[in-house]
Amino acid sequence: MTHEFESAMKQLPSNLPCNHTRVGAVRWRQSAERFHTDGGRLLTLWGSDDRDRDGLFRIYAAYLLKEGVAVVEHEMEHGTTPAYPSLAETFPCALRMERAIHDLLGITSMEPDHRGWLRHGGWPQTVFPLRRDFDGSQQFSVNSQPYPFVQVEGDGVHEIAVGPVHAGTIEPGHFRFSVVGEKVLRLEERLGYTHKGVSKRFEEMSQKEGRHLAARLSGDSAVAFSWAYAAALEAITQTACPPRAANLRALALEHERLANHLGDLGALGNDAGFAFGLTQFSRMKEDLLRVNLSTFGARYLFDFIQPGGVASDLPPSAPPLLLDHYHVLEENVSSLRVIYDNHAGLQDRFRESGILSQEMAEKLGAIGLAGRASGVPLDLRVDHPCSPYDRLQPKMITQSAGDVAARVQVRFDEIFESLRLCRMLLADFAPGPIQTECSLAEPGRLGLGLIEGWRGPVLIALESGPDGAIRRCHAHDPSWQNWPLLEYAILGNIVPDFPLINKSFNLSYSGHDG
Amino acid sequence: MINTLSRMIRTGILTETFPTPCAASPSVEGLQKDLRNILGRALCIRHVDAGSCNGCELEIQALNNPYYNLEGFGIKFVASPRHADLLLVTGPVSVNMEEALKRTLDAVPDPKLVVAVGDCGACGGVFGTSYASRGAVANVIPVHRTVSGCPPSPVAILEAIRSAVLGV
Repeated sequence: MTHEFESAMKQLPSNLPCNHTRVGAVRWRQSAERFHTDGGRLLTLWGSDDRDRDGLFRIYAAYLLKEGVAVVEHEMEHGTTPAYPSLAETFPCALRMERAIHDLLGITSMEPDHRGWLRHGGWPQTVFPLRRDFDGSQQFSVNSQPYPFVQVEGDGVHEIAVGPVHAGTIEPGHFRFSVVGEKVLRLEERLGYTHKGVSKRFEEMSQKEGRHLAARLSGDSAVAFSWAYAAALEAITQTACPPRAANLRALALEHERLANHLGDLGALGNDAGFAFGLTQFSRMKEDLLRVNLSTFGARYLFDFIQPGGVASDLPPSAPPLLLDHYHVLEENVSSLRVIYDNHAGLQDRFRESGILSQEMAEKLGAIGLAGRASGVPLDLRVDHPCSPYDRLQPKMITQSAGDVAARVQVRFDEIFESLRLCRMLLADFAPGPIQTECSLAEPGRLGLGLIEGWRGPVLIALESGPDGAIRRCHAHDPSWQNWPLLEYAILGNIVPDFPLINKSFNLSYSGHDG
Repeated sequence: MINTLSRMIRTGILTETFPTPCAASPSVEGLQKDLRNILGRALCIRHVDAGSCNGCELEIQALNNPYYNLEGFGIKFVASPRHADLLLVTGPVSVNMEEALKRTLDAVPDPKLVVAVGDCGACGGVFGTSYASRGAVANVIPVHRTVSGCPPSPVAILEAIRSAVLGV
C-alpha cells in the first residue's frame, strides 16, 4: 500500500489488530487489488444507510491481511441508484455479497448479475428492508418468480433440481445440477431460503440483548458468533474480559469444534455407506453434549458467552470429569481413525472425491476448515491469537490433497489438537471473576469481533446507536466464501457423490442467509 | 474388520429406556404397541427446516443416535413427504420458505400431523415476525403440537411426537 494510503489508516476497535480508512471509488478498487497481490483475503462486505445522519450510503470491505484486518469504507451520494465499483473481479466471493447488499439496501455494484440473492419475491423489488425509512415489521405476500439458472446445452445434458427441502434433517437450499449421464457438468447453488432479516432485527435490539440473536445466527456456531459479538461490543466500550472468563470462552469454543467435528465424521462415514461410523461418532457427540450439560449447564451453549464475560462458572467437580472425558474421547477417536483409515470401501469413496486444488482454493478465496484441507494455512487462532490463544499456541492443521479424505483428516487432527488445548486450559485455570460490567457504547462507534469458529472465521461488525441501541450489526459466516468452492469441487464427480462432498464442507445455510 | 467388530462388542447396547415425566410412562414395547395400534406400522416423519438456525436440527439428528434410538421405537425419518405421517417443522417460517413449507404439507397424505419444534417454531423466538419471517409455524400451516426450548432436548422432541400421535 502506498505511504499516503497507510497514513490515512486509523485504528478500529477490535479483538484483532484492525485498521480503518475512507476511500473514493478509484481507491476502493485499487486497495482491493493491492491487498489481493499481497495475499490478503476479502473477509466480508456490508453496507449502511446513513442518510439520516449525513445523506450518504456507505459500503465497507474487511480484508484479512498478514498484519491484521483492514476495513475500507466508501461513501456514496444518495442519487437515483447509489453505486460502487464491484470487487468481484479481484475477489470472486464478493459477487454474492454484492447481490445481497443490493437486495437489502438498494445500493448497486457495477456488476452485471442482478438476480436477487436473498430476495426471492418475499418483498417487492422496490423495497429495501435495511434502509432506515423501512419499517421492519411490515409484511408482504410472496410473489415468487422463476430464477434464471445458467443453462448448459449439449447432447444428453439434463438438469436435476434438488431442494429447497432436502431429503434429510438438514437446512434448506437449492442445488441445480446440469449432468450428462451421472457426471456433473455444472452445479449452481441458490441460497437465501432461511433469510430471517437478522440485520434489521439487530437494529430493534439493545446492545445487551444482541448477544441472544448473535448466538442464533447459525446454531452450530453459537459460541463463535456470541464470542465475536461480545468481542465487538467489548472493543467499542473498552471492556476487558477477565482472564478466567476468556479461558471459559475458549473451552466452550473448543467443545463446539469437537461436537461439530464428531458429528461430521459420523455423517461422512454414513454418507459413504458405513453406518457403524455414524453410530460410534454420534454416541461420542452425545457423550460430549451431556458433559456440556453437567459442566456448562446446557447441551448447546447458546447463552453462555455474554459481553463482559460468561454466564456461569464451572462447578468444582468439572475439571476431573472433563479430563476423564477427554481421555476416553481421545482413545475412542484414535481407534475409530484406525478403522476409517483402513476401511477400503470408505477410503475408495473419500479419496479423490470433490477435489478442490490449492490453486483453485487460493483463487476463490477459501477460508477456514475447507481452505486448510486444500493447503491454505489460515486460522485466526494461530495467525492473530486473542487471549487465551496467545498462550496456548494452537497448531495449524493442514492437508494438501483437497479431497473429501483431506477434509476428514483435518477434522481428525483438529479433534486431537482441540483436546490438547482443552487440557492446557484446564491446567491453567486461575481463580477470578467471570464477569465484568460492560458499559453502554457511545453512539456512532464501529467495532469488529472476529473468532475462528469450527467452520472458519466468523465476524461481527457492530455500530452503536444512542442510549445502548444497535445502529447497525453485520454478521458474516465463512460459508459466504466457501459455498462457491463446492460448485467447483463437484465438477466431474458423479451425482451420488454430491451428499458426501457437500457434507465434507458442511457449510451453513442460516449463517449465510442471515 | 476385527477392529470394527471389537469396537461394536465393547460399545454394547446403549439405548436408554424412554424417559418421560408422567407416571404412566410407556416402555419401549408400550410405545411400539401404541404406534402399531394407531398406525398399523412404523411412524414416518418428514423433517422440514422452514428457516431455523440449525440448532433444532442438531437435536433432531441426536434422536437417531444410539442413546435415543428412535428407530427402535418404531419411528423413522423418511426422505419424502409422500411417505410421511407427520411433519416435524423447525424455525420461524421465513418468507422464502413459506411456499415450500405449504407445498410439502400438501404432499403429505391425509391424515397427517404437524409438530412445530423449538421456541421459533412455537412462537417465532428471537427472530419474531418481520418482513422476512412469518414467525410461528402455526401462522402458516395448522399445527397439532409445539415443543418449546432453544433448542429443545431430544427427549422433549420425542415426548411431543408421542403426544401428537396418541392425541394426549
